[in-house]
Amino acid sequence: MTRLAPQVIVVDPVACDGHGVCAELLPEMISLDPWGYPIISGDPVPPGLLREAERAVASCPRLALHLLPAPEVPPVKPARRQVAMPPPRTRSRS
Amino acid sequence: MSAVLPRLLRGLGPDGASIDLAGHLDLWGALPAADPGRLIDAVGDAGLRGHGGAWFPAATKWRAVAGAGRRAVVVANGAEGEPVSAKDALLLERLPHLVLDGAVAAAEAVGAGRVIAFVPSRRRARLREAIEARRRARIDGMPIELAIAPDRFISGQETAAVSFLNGRGGLPTSARLEPVWRRGVDGAPTLLHNVETLAHVALIARFGPDWYRQAGRPDAPGTVLLTVTGTDGRPTVVETQKGVALGAAVGSIDRRRCRGVLLGGYGGTWLDPDSANTLPVSEEAARAAGATLGAGIVALLPHDRCPLAETARLVRYLDGEKADQCGPCVRGLTGLAYELEALAFGPRVVGDAGRRIEQLCDLVEGRGACRHPDGAARLVRSALRVFADEVRQHQERGPCPEAGAAAWLPTGDDGRRRPSPRPGPPRPAGMASASRFR
Repeated sequence: MTRLAPQVIVVDPVACDGHGVCAELLPEMISLDPWGYPIISGDPVPPGLLREAERAVASCPRLALHLLPAPEVPPVKPARRQVAMPPPRTRSRS
Repeated sequence: MSAVLPRLLRGLGPDGASIDLAGHLDLWGALPAADPGRLIDAVGDAGLRGHGGAWFPAATKWRAVAGAGRRAVVVANGAEGEPVSAKDALLLERLPHLVLDGAVAAAEAVGAGRVIAFVPSRRRARLREAIEARRRARIDGMPIELAIAPDRFISGQETAAVSFLNGRGGLPTSARLEPVWRRGVDGAPTLLHNVETLAHVALIARFGPDWYRQAGRPDAPGTVLLTVTGTDGRPTVVETQKGVALGAAVGSIDRRRCRGVLLGGYGGTWLDPDSANTLPVSEEAARAAGATLGAGIVALLPHDRCPLAETARLVRYLDGEKADQCGPCVRGLTGLAYELEALAFGPRVVGDAGRRIEQLCDLVEGRGACRHPDGAARLVRSALRVFADEVRQHQERGPCPEAGAAAWLPTGDDGRRRPSPRPGPPRPAGMASASRFR
C-alpha cells in the first residue's frame, strides 16, 4: 500500500458514544446529528486533510474512529445529508 | 429428475414427518466426494445467493473464506428471528440432512474443519438426532457441532451469531472493521449461511449448476422458500420458482380482501396488492420495485385492518428488539415508534408527522453496525408511500376505526409467540406446499 492509497474514515457505531471530538477536529468531513453522533463523509480523505483525519482518529476518547484503505470497505451509499467538502479526487488504481 | 418442483421440499408428505438419514439417502443418494474448486465454481455458475435476507452472491463469500489462508469454520444459521418466518424451522425439523449435507459440502469446498449448526432451542432435539445418525454412519469427514441460538430477533445476524459462538454477548459488531470471513468463530475465517442456502448447496453439489438453473429464469435462477401468511393469519411454507409472479406463487392476492402485502419481513416493505400480484419473485425484481425479498416472508394484511396501526406495532417491536448498541439506532427507532404510534392511534398529530418520520429514517439509515435500523426505516418509508391516503386521513381526522382492531402480525406484546404453521389451502399445479411440522 502506497502512502497515497485512498483512505476513508469509518466509525464503529458500537464503540461511539457521541463525544463529538471528531467533528471538532475535522469539520470538513464530519458533522454531528441532532443526538451528537457523527455523520461522516464516505468520500476518500483528500491528501490535504489526511493529517487532521489522523488526529481525529487518535483523539477519539472511545477509539471508535478508523482510517481504512478505501478499497477494503464496501461502497458507501450516498449520504442523504451531505457534508460540505472539497471536490472529491478521482480515485485511480495503477 | 422430471418435474422442476418440488425441489427442496421433495419427498415431504402431508403427514408432517421428518426425513431421516436413510430416507434422505434413498431420496437424494450420497453426497459426491469433495472436489473443492469445482463446487465453488458450481455455486458461482448456479448464481446462488444467500437466502437469509441479504441475497449476497454465495460464491463471492466462499472465495473470500477459502482465500483467507487459514482453516475455516462453517456455520449453518437456522436462528430465524423473524416472527412470521417458518421456512428455516421447516428445513431443520423435516429436512435436517439436506441442510447438514450442504454445510459439510461447503466446509470441504472452503477448507473448513468444523461445521456448527446454530439453531433455536426448539430444534435442538431434531438436530441432535440428525447429527448423531450421521456420526454413527460415518458419512462426514468432520465433526458437526450443535449450538443453541438465543431466542431474539437479531440472533441470526451474521456478526451477532459469531459473537455468540465466541462466548460474547451475541450482539452485532461492525463487520466493516472485522468481516467474519476474515476473523469469525474462534478467530478463524468463517462462512455463515442461512440453512436454506445450504440446502440448495446440497443439491448443487449433487446435480450441478445447469440442473439448478432449470428452475427459475436466467436472471433469477433456482427456487425459493416463502413463508406466506394469508389474510386468515395462517402461515404456510411454499417453494416456488424464481421469476414467477408473486400472486401466482401465493395463490392470488385479492385487493378486496387484502389491504397491503408485507414482503421480506418486519424490516421489509409494504406493497399495494396490485403491485404485489405482478411482482416477479426474485431479489432483483424486488429491489427494482424498492423492496426486498428478505427472508422470504409474504404477509397479506386483511382489508379490515389499519396498515398504520400494524406498522406502528411492528416498529415498536423492532425498537424493542434492537441491540441497544449504536446511538442513532437507539435514539432513532424509539423516535420512529412514538411517531408511528401517534399517527396510528392518535388522538391528534401535531405538525407534519410525515416529514418528521422521513427525517428520522434519514438519521438511522446506514448508521448501525448491522442493518436493523435500515430495515425499520425501509418498513416505515414503504408504509408512508403505499398508505399515503391513510396517512393523510389519520393526520386530518385522527385514527380510523380499524386502528382499534387487535394486532394481526405477532409482535413482542404476546411474548414473542410464534404461530405454528398449519396446512394452507391447496396450491395451484406446479407449486409445492409443505406446511405442517411439529
